[in-house]
Amino acid sequence: MSEFRMPSLGADMAAGTLLEWLKQPGDRVARGDLIAEVDTDKGVIQVEAFTTGTLERILVEPGQKVPVGTVMALIRDDAVTAPAAAPPGAGPPAAGPLPQRVSPLARRRAQELGVDLASIQGTGAEGAVTVADVERLARGAIMPTATPAVDDSAARMRGAIGAAMARSKREIPHYYLSNTIDLGPAMAWLAEQNQSRPVADRLVAAALLLKSVALALRDFPELNAWWVNDRAVRQPSINLGVAVSLRQGGLIVPALEAADQASVDELMRRLTDLVARAKGGALRASELASGTLTVTSLGDRGVDIVLGVIYPPQVALVGFGRIAERPWVVQGAVLPRPVVSVSLSADHRVTDGHRGALFLDRIDQLLREPGAL
Amino acid sequence: MKATYREAVRMGLRNALLSDPRVFLMGEDVGRYGGSYAASRGLLEEFGPERIRDTPLSESAFVGAGIGAAMGGMRPIVEVMTVNFSLLALDQIVNNAATLRHMSGGQLAVPLTVRMATGAGRQLAAQHSHSLEGWYAHIPGITVVAPATHNDARDMLGLALKEPDPVFIFEHLMLYPQDGELDETGAPMPLRQACVRRTGTDVSVITYGGSLGKALAAAERLAAEGVSAEVLDLRCLRPLDTEAILGSVRRTHRAVIVDEGWRSGSLAAEITARIMEGAFYELDAPVERVCSAEVPIPYPKHLEDAALPQTATIVEAVRRVLPKGAG
Amino acid sequence: MTVTAAPGLGIERAQAHEILRAMLLIRRFEEKCAELYGLEKIRGFLHLYIGEEAVAVGALRALAPEDRVVATYREHGHALARGVPAGSILAEMYGKANGCSRGRGGSMHLFDVSRRFYGGYAIVGGGLPVAVGLALADKLRGEKAITSCFFGDGAVAEGEFHESLNLAALWKLPVLFLCENNRYAMGTALERHQSQTDIAAKAAAYAIPAEAVDGMDVLAVEAATRRAATSVRSGAGPFLVEYRTYRFRAHSMYDAELYRSREEVEQWKRRDPLRSFEVLLTGEGLLSDQEREAMEQSVQAEIREAEAEAEAGVIEPVADLLRDLQGTGP
Repeated sequence: MSEFRMPSLGADMAAGTLLEWLKQPGDRVARGDLIAEVDTDKGVIQVEAFTTGTLERILVEPGQKVPVGTVMALIRDDAVTAPAAAPPGAGPPAAGPLPQRVSPLARRRAQELGVDLASIQGTGAEGAVTVADVERLARGAIMPTATPAVDDSAARMRGAIGAAMARSKREIPHYYLSNTIDLGPAMAWLAEQNQSRPVADRLVAAALLLKSVALALRDFPELNAWWVNDRAVRQPSINLGVAVSLRQGGLIVPALEAADQASVDELMRRLTDLVARAKGGALRASELASGTLTVTSLGDRGVDIVLGVIYPPQVALVGFGRIAERPWVVQGAVLPRPVVSVSLSADHRVTDGHRGALFLDRIDQLLREPGAL
Repeated sequence: MKATYREAVRMGLRNALLSDPRVFLMGEDVGRYGGSYAASRGLLEEFGPERIRDTPLSESAFVGAGIGAAMGGMRPIVEVMTVNFSLLALDQIVNNAATLRHMSGGQLAVPLTVRMATGAGRQLAAQHSHSLEGWYAHIPGITVVAPATHNDARDMLGLALKEPDPVFIFEHLMLYPQDGELDETGAPMPLRQACVRRTGTDVSVITYGGSLGKALAAAERLAAEGVSAEVLDLRCLRPLDTEAILGSVRRTHRAVIVDEGWRSGSLAAEITARIMEGAFYELDAPVERVCSAEVPIPYPKHLEDAALPQTATIVEAVRRVLPKGAG
Repeated sequence: MTVTAAPGLGIERAQAHEILRAMLLIRRFEEKCAELYGLEKIRGFLHLYIGEEAVAVGALRALAPEDRVVATYREHGHALARGVPAGSILAEMYGKANGCSRGRGGSMHLFDVSRRFYGGYAIVGGGLPVAVGLALADKLRGEKAITSCFFGDGAVAEGEFHESLNLAALWKLPVLFLCENNRYAMGTALERHQSQTDIAAKAAAYAIPAEAVDGMDVLAVEAATRRAATSVRSGAGPFLVEYRTYRFRAHSMYDAELYRSREEVEQWKRRDPLRSFEVLLTGEGLLSDQEREAMEQSVQAEIREAEAEAEAGVIEPVADLLRDLQGTGP
């Protein structure tokens, strides 16, 4: 048995993404035949086999990025008839493509979330679908899919986001509410805090906004829930999903876990770290799967009001627009005040507009006393 | 306070001899020689030949005599030099120590404590490198513990002597010279409780005895890669703290079991089965085992190393259960 | 009844009757066991002692109540001779909760700690190290008790025999090693399993005093055991007594007896310890026909009672399967 490994296609190449297999298990492969298409930093390259034989087994699926040297397929040499010993822990070599493997936990979770397992390409041991894969698909974050052969990761992500959002709009009866909040006290408090801090430790308004949402959720636990098996299940921890746009397009929603229990400083640190790792692709699987309510802000892009689409299985989403100075009536006088619009997209199966309005009002109250956050 | 593992064992022995006149120690070369691993050095001088008894090389007779003496109202500590020699006393252990309470309808009690060295790693070749604690853990009627830390090396003996039934203590031979820290204030941890030695969220590394250090080193190495491994020290091999095992797996959804016994019919196999029984729907990856290679432990260093669980093989096993691109 | 001294035997009439009755009880009890085994009331292995009664009765008469007894898997006779009630022994064989081991042991594992009867050990040789340990405990605690340990000629081939004799002698422990040499290790004759067939002679290798005695003569057994016990009690260390005896029935209930001849068995049966002692007592004028008949009736009544007790006993609920695995206190 010969191993077909991710080849080094240049001195500086560390890893490559397999885009497509040009041969399938069972196909004859001759030395020099093109066998796979690999995406590298320098472009798409078709790579050749150096063994003559039969493609026995594929170990890396399209969409997977693997280091140079990784065994990607096994080729049964013509001379050899007996199958080679299986790697430890592996089953007998399969003749065709492996049947889809799903971890027990992932299977259970997929059932709860109504996720179609067939659409998932697993990232777990031996390509098994893990719980993180299921939850990622459920909330529409980055998710390479096996259907149909796609040739670029942005398109794959687009497809996954599309599927999750379509499902959300199809299944969730959304209602939307919006308030405008006077951020005067909050901005003054921030300015005062930051005056005495080194640049690296300065706080931004986002940390205050996130903390206010997290604390408000304590009083409105019905909004901190997942819709599972046709009912809302309140979640024990308040994990705020933070929508992060990626440079290459698409977005990803890692969570700040137990955000209500973190101080503003800690939230700030964790937010900075999370955004950096999201952009660098170094997120942990659990961070992508644990969000209980998503917060999205497009203020820095100049947007006034965000009316977002809920990420299943969550039941609500909070949007913040840009913080801007506006004329504001204070005790009969018109004054310039920093204000922000806060919106709530919520699942009508779980809450009504009345509760939603009270929730937004609670956020407003909390932001009036930033020192208490 | 700082001490070697062997000193911790000696402190445990001394405390036991001081605290209960019924306690005595017997075994091969425990007296004048000071113990094959020097665990009992100085005790003959302090406690005299009635309580520190050198025995002939008669494992069956002196383990059986320990059983009889325990039945007769004493609290014997029997040192069997190593687990390898305990095979000569298996009849007494399996047919008598483990059965007498039950077989006598509860009339007899055998409050016996047996200590022995176990494990490989000193190039002692096949006959002196067994890890057979898993065999003993198969037997109902006895308790089997494996002190992996200095505190446990000192404290488990005293707890064992308070038990109404036989307790077998397996001390890994690689631990004896190791330096460590002894807690002088806290109360000893209960005998039958597993202990999380390092918390983590991505995978549970479940181990005991001489492999604990390797598992912790693996966890440290994995942390540098962004993998958070929890390390569970079983401490007690029979009865197993099943709830602790399942609790850890329920948190991490992945398990790697490190056991110096041979894989087939091992403790690792038992733990795997319990995870399947109790936490199947919590698993996000197949359970992995890191066990000794199925070969009599060879003499040359490189082959002995290759036969035993090592930090690197633990790290590899953890990587196999993690999602690709994690960390 | 007047107490008649029997100068020829050195025992009084009452003692003579006590000895005879003890042997008769074992004989009739075991005959009943064989019958009940046929009716499937008793299951598992059933090793009968018939033919060897003089050993248990004579030897145990030499012991004090505080002395300890460790026996083999052919131990109904020892249990009865030690005073364990026949009803609790039979109930044990029935697997009932009122058995002397709560039904958990059966025929091979009779225990009665209140009578210092430390049980039946069914791995040949396995009881010897335990006996050594019991004696060690007594020595360390300064107790006066000695520990008697019965074993067969088969056990002499086991390492545990040699290890135990050596250790007991080395530490001068109060152990009475009592070898019931019935000439067969299951089906293997003594000559076929021992290079030295004089078992008593083996003790010399461990500097242990020893004596061989006719195991079919209950008075000789008692006398020899008393001598040995006196030596052990004096602090001189262990003593070995070899009783030369014979088992009349199969190793366990039934076997084809391919390993010994009918003639040999018949020859030994002519030396039946029970019958010989009866004849002896009758000849000495210590036993009348009426007394013999009354004794028979009394033994039969005791066995009927035992059977009723075993029948009336309850079995333990399956819910109690795991009891007596782990003690609750130190």
